[in-house]
Amino acid sequence: MNESNAETLPPVIGQLKDRFGSSVSRISTFRDNVRVLVDRSELVAVLGMLKAEAGFGLLAELGGTDYLGYPNRENGARFEIHYVLLNQETHERIIIKVGVEDTDPWLPSVVSLWLGADWMEREVFDMYGIRFEGHPDLRRILMPDEFTSFPLRKDYPLRGRGERHNFPRITREQS
Amino acid sequence: MPATKGGVEVPENVIMTTVDSVVSWCRKYSLWPMPFATACCGIELMAVGASRFDISRFGAEVMRFSPRQCDLLIVAGRVAMKMMPVLQRIWLQMPEPKWSISMGACACTGGVFDTYAVVQGVDRFLPIDVYIPGCPPRPEQILRSLMDMQAKIQAGGSVLGTGLPELAEREKMLAEKKSLPAGLATSRERGDEGRFGYRSPGGDALLGVDETR
Repeated sequence: MNESNAETLPPVIGQLKDRFGSSVSRISTFRDNVRVLVDRSELVAVLGMLKAEAGFGLLAELGGTDYLGYPNRENGARFEIHYVLLNQETHERIIIKVGVEDTDPWLPSVVSLWLGADWMEREVFDMYGIRFEGHPDLRRILMPDEFTSFPLRKDYPLRGRGERHNFPRITREQS
Repeated sequence: MPATKGGVEVPENVIMTTVDSVVSWCRKYSLWPMPFATACCGIELMAVGASRFDISRFGAEVMRFSPRQCDLLIVAGRVAMKMMPVLQRIWLQMPEPKWSISMGACACTGGVFDTYAVVQGVDRFLPIDVYIPGCPPRPEQILRSLMDMQAKIQAGGSVLGTGLPELAEREKMLAEKKSLPAGLATSRERGDEGRFGYRSPGGDALLGVDETR
């Protein structure tokens, strides 16, 4: 990850900086990926602007990362949720990241912009426990409903806390 | 010259045996498998059903996809923790007499999937008769396990059953629950369904029991 100079960045980054100022920070590139960290307060506005005015019409991916115990990471929130947008005219991609702290993990939902974000946000909620305010139906999507943990958090043990063995035992005499 | 047995004259082409033995012989050559195929083991199971290996040589080619019509459960593949209640329900829906095969490393032990989401061996929660190692097992191993299964069926079994033990267990549990004080007792319609909405004879498990760790 390296801070990139202005001339290699696509012009949409300049538009974002002009419009949102300091809410848009930590612009970086890796090969042909452009990553932008935005504030939670401006997330929906940034994504809406990219969709409506910059041509990034497709939400290609919505995922999360837990940076708990990540090496050489001094600052930044514990969780980062990323939105990979695709411009289907020019085949450009842009990655919007937003940091979430684990004291009150919530984000504004983008289902109002992309209906396809419905299940993606449910999966992020299922795995990381991040609530998406304004989501029409925020339930678990992969894990069973009675599951109480968020298994992709780094403080959740790989082998679980006994959930995989929490079933009644059916013996030959009983069945 | 006809043979004599116990003073009774036995003509040719007559075989003396017991009813239990005949019934077991019939059962073992007409197994109807319930393929519970969740992963790549299911592909091997399909190969066993196809012409090259041909499971119908052993009379077990009638794969039924309703547990009500089956008497041999073949668990082929890893069972996720979300799938275990489904598997138990299928097992309870199969009519007696019934047998079960745990096929492949994942069904037997969890295999390489030692994670929170995968049950570490279906025999923790189901009675299993024959285990097949392998990842996935060769079709010959499945045929071998079927022959072992047949030997086991021939060795055991009786026509004089005492009824379905699960029903007796259920009656006992319902009677116990009805005598509990109001609030803890179950209603007559509700029965003894657990948190997954199905009947579990041993009762629901409790999270944190030492032996499940």
